[in-house]
Amino acid sequence: MADKKIMTTMHEKDMQKVTAAQTVTKIIVQFLLYAFLCIMALIIVFPFYWMIISSLKSTVEYRLPIPTLFPQDIMWGNYIEAFTAANLGKLFMNTVYVGIVSTILSLVITVLSAFAFARLEFKGKNALFAGLLATMMIPGELFTITNYVTVTKFGWLDSFTVLIVPFLVSVFYIYLLRQNFLQIPNELYLAAKVDGTSDLKYLWKVMIPLSLPNLISITILKMMGAWNSYVWPRLVTSTDDYRLITNGLRDAFTDMSGQANIPVQMAAVTVVSIPLFLVFIFLRKYIMKGVSRSGIKG
Amino acid sequence: MKKFLQKIKFEEWKAWIYLAPAVALLLVFTVWPIINTLRMAFWEDYSIMKELGGTLGNEFGLKNFEKVIKYRGFIDCLKNTMLLTVLTVPISTILALVIAVCLNAIKPLQRFLQTIFFLPYVTNSIAIGMVFEAMFNIVGFGTSNPSYGIINNILGVFGADPINWINAGSGYWQNIAVLTIYIVWNALPFKILILLGGLQSVNKQYYDAAKIDSTPRLRVFTKITVPLLSPMIAYVVITGFIGGFKEYSSIVGIFGDDMQAVGGESLNTMVGYIYDALGNQEGRASAAALILFAIIFVVTMINMYVSKKKTHY
Repeated sequence: MADKKIMTTMHEKDMQKVTAAQTVTKIIVQFLLYAFLCIMALIIVFPFYWMIISSLKSTVEYRLPIPTLFPQDIMWGNYIEAFTAANLGKLFMNTVYVGIVSTILSLVITVLSAFAFARLEFKGKNALFAGLLATMMIPGELFTITNYVTVTKFGWLDSFTVLIVPFLVSVFYIYLLRQNFLQIPNELYLAAKVDGTSDLKYLWKVMIPLSLPNLISITILKMMGAWNSYVWPRLVTSTDDYRLITNGLRDAFTDMSGQANIPVQMAAVTVVSIPLFLVFIFLRKYIMKGVSRSGIKG
Repeated sequence: MKKFLQKIKFEEWKAWIYLAPAVALLLVFTVWPIINTLRMAFWEDYSIMKELGGTLGNEFGLKNFEKVIKYRGFIDCLKNTMLLTVLTVPISTILALVIAVCLNAIKPLQRFLQTIFFLPYVTNSIAIGMVFEAMFNIVGFGTSNPSYGIINNILGVFGADPINWINAGSGYWQNIAVLTIYIVWNALPFKILILLGGLQSVNKQYYDAAKIDSTPRLRVFTKITVPLLSPMIAYVVITGFIGGFKEYSSIVGIFGDDMQAVGGESLNTMVGYIYDALGNQEGRASAAALILFAIIFVVTMINMYVSKKKTHY
């Protein structure tokens, strides 16, 4: 009897030891996890930090042998110099104009086509839709070559048209919105028809409000696309009247001789990056949703 | 019945009216390019200037492809592209997987850290490329009083000598190292987002079962997490390869339009080659684009075949 009691207490003690050891390992593991994640997060954030503090340093301070982690004198003047050096004001307006016009037109076209594919019946619908999806496999560079030839023939070089029109239709956005429209029960549409509501009114009053999150995602990705586009504007425009902000940024600072005025350069880079940060902070949800579905940048 | 048929017909008309703007634009800017790329690629010495000037011959053949492949610059572009892809895809995938698994194992601060890790996605690759350029750049290179840049300063803390990463006369592998770091940094957010999303939808039962059997953590990772996550890993690897073969703007971001360090080897890529050929040699650009498409197609097929064998559901 007594033996048995001793046995159980010993067993309990062992158990306590084991659980204590488990909690210790658990704490160590959690600590290591946080340590690793924080170090990685610091590495991820560091370029942004370096960009901002460098943009506020004087050239002398930037070149100190032991770099300062915070500027001694804050040089706002770098920003003024950046605006003039890269003509950022004009390019900013161009980019905003192209972004807004192409987003609005693109939304109208996308909504109309998604509606046709989701709600209307016509011959060859499925074949046409499958054909559109198939074009998504082809790399964009392949289209760029001919589009360059086409716009040259049209005489569109150096205009806003050339920056807007070729990219108005995105098969992916049509696909995304069609899937969204299909989720809205057909009964709603039929009921609206019985009441004599026109298609466009139904689209405007029912379908658009119900798919607003997707429309916002598309708007953000489209605006970011204009903001970040570099290759196409570089090919088809040659004056600051039509160039976009990224082109101005890269071309204004090509001095690789090692004597470049890096603080001013970083000020320009910060100006280009800040709108993106603001969009990210306020609309993160929509971006992350759009991105996880598409995997397409911009 | 007649009325019904009329209605159907009316609906057909309506559908095409709604589709008209999209279809018209797609015909000009998507369908025609597919046909025209083939036409230009096989049309000998095609260029828009020649076509507009009426001096274009009427011979068709494989000459454009031949010229592209034999041109040494193209082989260099192919080599750079392949090298960057082979380096960056595995590094970024493994790192993203580790970060996603760690993120999934913590509770407080998870949302916050997730947001931080997504930050590089919402950036302008040219602009941030210039930041990386500045971090690796030696200001006043070749003068008596150079400032070695923050990366060299940090390495100096660990006792390393300053390295000429991107300045005049820098070596090919130094340049590639800088590009690899930048591309991995840029590629992480998307991969973490997808992998973490996958982890969060994994059925907890498997982990509970492993806990009862007190399976070691590493074994849980290799025998449960990775297999269950294999579809997402496959997706991330495939999109990574496709993105890698189209690498272009990160190199322009760091090295500028010339895509090389002063006096260094060219770091041009396939896409860069295509763009360089625009303006006077559209035929060769088309041939190169078709070669790129073929490579991407084959690599994607291989990836899909392998992942079908390795993915568990």
